[in-house]
Amino acid sequence: MSFAIPNFLPAAPEIVVLTMACVVLMVDLFIKKEQRFFTYLLSQATILLALLATLWVASDATELTFNNGYIRDSMGDWLKIFILIITATVFLYSRQYLKDRNIDKGEYYVLGLFAMLGMMIMVSAWNFLNLYLGLELMSLSLYAMVAFDRNSAKASEAAMKYFVLGAIASGMLLYGMSILYGLTGTLNIADVQQQLTTVPEGLDIAVVFGLVFMLVGIAFKLGAVPFHMWLPDVYHGAPTSVTLFIGSAPKIAAFAMVMRLLVSGLGPLHEHWQTMLIILAVLSIGIGNIVAIAQTNIKRMLAYSTISHVGFILLGILAGTKVGFASAMFYTIIYAFMSLGAFGLIVILSHKGFEAENLEDFKGLNDRSPWLAAMMLLILFSMAGVPPTVGFYAKLVVLQAIVNIDLVWLAVYAVLLSVIGAFYYLRVIKLMYFDKPDTQQYIKTSIDVSAVISVNGLLMLALGLFPGALMAICLAAMN
Amino acid sequence: MVLAAVGVITVRNPVHAALFLVLTFFTAAALWLLMEAEFLGIVLVLVYVGAVMVLFLFVVMMLDINVAKMREGFMRLLPLGILVAVVMVVEMLIVVGAKTFRIDPPAPSPLEVSNTKALGNVLYTDYVYAFEIAAAILLVAMIAAISLTHRRRAGTKHQRPSDQIRVKRNDRVRLVKMKSEKK
Repeated sequence: MSFAIPNFLPAAPEIVVLTMACVVLMVDLFIKKEQRFFTYLLSQATILLALLATLWVASDATELTFNNGYIRDSMGDWLKIFILIITATVFLYSRQYLKDRNIDKGEYYVLGLFAMLGMMIMVSAWNFLNLYLGLELMSLSLYAMVAFDRNSAKASEAAMKYFVLGAIASGMLLYGMSILYGLTGTLNIADVQQQLTTVPEGLDIAVVFGLVFMLVGIAFKLGAVPFHMWLPDVYHGAPTSVTLFIGSAPKIAAFAMVMRLLVSGLGPLHEHWQTMLIILAVLSIGIGNIVAIAQTNIKRMLAYSTISHVGFILLGILAGTKVGFASAMFYTIIYAFMSLGAFGLIVILSHKGFEAENLEDFKGLNDRSPWLAAMMLLILFSMAGVPPTVGFYAKLVVLQAIVNIDLVWLAVYAVLLSVIGAFYYLRVIKLMYFDKPDTQQYIKTSIDVSAVISVNGLLMLALGLFPGALMAICLAAMN
Repeated sequence: MVLAAVGVITVRNPVHAALFLVLTFFTAAALWLLMEAEFLGIVLVLVYVGAVMVLFLFVVMMLDINVAKMREGFMRLLPLGILVAVVMVVEMLIVVGAKTFRIDPPAPSPLEVSNTKALGNVLYTDYVYAFEIAAAILLVAMIAAISLTHRRRAGTKHQRPSDQIRVKRNDRVRLVKMKSEKK
């Protein structure tokens, strides 16, 4: 039999990450605990190399390789770049936190790199099988990271819940995929799409049956209501450095999964999944925003706020237009950065033996550190969607996309609920600026962390003033 | 197979339940063989019956699980469980029906084609990417399992070979001069 060697070049970023993750793993075995900084540096170097590799192979053309199971297109390139930047920032924020809690083992970085690899695989999967494997690689690493602090009962509980629910979700997704495979006889996303445009009479209900299972799996992974139960518990229970990771980069990967599965693969079924996504989005925005008001733990509050943001992302996708997808991509990227900043600040404010996880811990932050308070202010304003921060623009483009397909009621509903949602963001700001602090303890931050958090916060403002460039990227990626 | 599966969840003795599960796997393997998927049938027997179930039996026999305690509340929840299951099955049948999935059985393949060989042909060629990812997943599982369970216990006794070799006579043997006792 003849076999053509696949073109490995487009997959260069993945190959670099896999190789380097193994190197980091081995190196970490041979160095002493005091030299853990070296593992950290090596992980950052890996990300930098992968970033260079991504930029090196990036082009406007679309390439398929590995028996058409792998796709490299401009959407994939951009999403990968953002995933890499976010992971690097996560490592940077969490280093001190891990050290203070005595869990700064090399495995944190190795598992982080593997999770990142899973996300990159998901982003450029062009085959149900590869997509599923990428998802599992990511989830498995994340489960382990949640359980990382073995002395914390809360973390173990969260990991257990995450694991069981995640396994059910994967099962659902796999079941949906196998039904569609049975009906179309192919796993390749482009072929599935082609097969589904001409569904024989009587089989369409079976196709929708498969779609439902797939959608349940996706909704679980995204954390959309009514499949959101794991989210608050996991965000709350996991070490904050891990929450920081789970809350940011995987959302981008999940967005890519939705784009590949629903939009590319099941594109012909748009009218079916549009209705389902409307239900998911309405519930997510409603429950996310309303329940968040009742939370006193800021990690839980941000978890519910995640749910409502996921609703917004779904709004952009369900529009089903090019502008809609681009706005959803814009929203996802912005959301990942907002959540990176918000959880990053929780990590920074925590120190040895103390978690800044309750709302009270943010009291009078302005007196203790005006600069950090200002950064938190920008990030929270952005989450609430207050102009001129970028969160406003992100919400605006998504709503525009919805209005353009004549779903005005949905847009009005989303706006009303975000006004309700603004309350709990503003409450944190009130605590930071108008309440007296309980302690006057000095907040110590190292120079690299404060530099990056400043960039992170100011980015919210800068992108809000000049959103054109990023939006242009998103629009170009949808071609 | 259905009978065996029912057996798994109804018998009281966990060892019997595990054995019923073995029977379920065997019948499933037989189904695969009937569908001319020899490789899947053989792998099912080898992996599940051979490895997974034996491990499972070990665990069941080693841990003395208190069955009575686990069964508490079973009878109370049973009607609810059955109701939910029946409703789900009926719903699915109404929505989809058996007719929808009625696809003609595949034509029997020519005798000389071995599907083990066919699988082998594509596994490292067309599906090499998926194969590599699966390998990475297994590696992650290993790292995770080790880092989550491996801990250095205080108070365990180790041998230190280097110290043993480096030992000198003077460290261990002390010559003591004693005066000879007078009789």
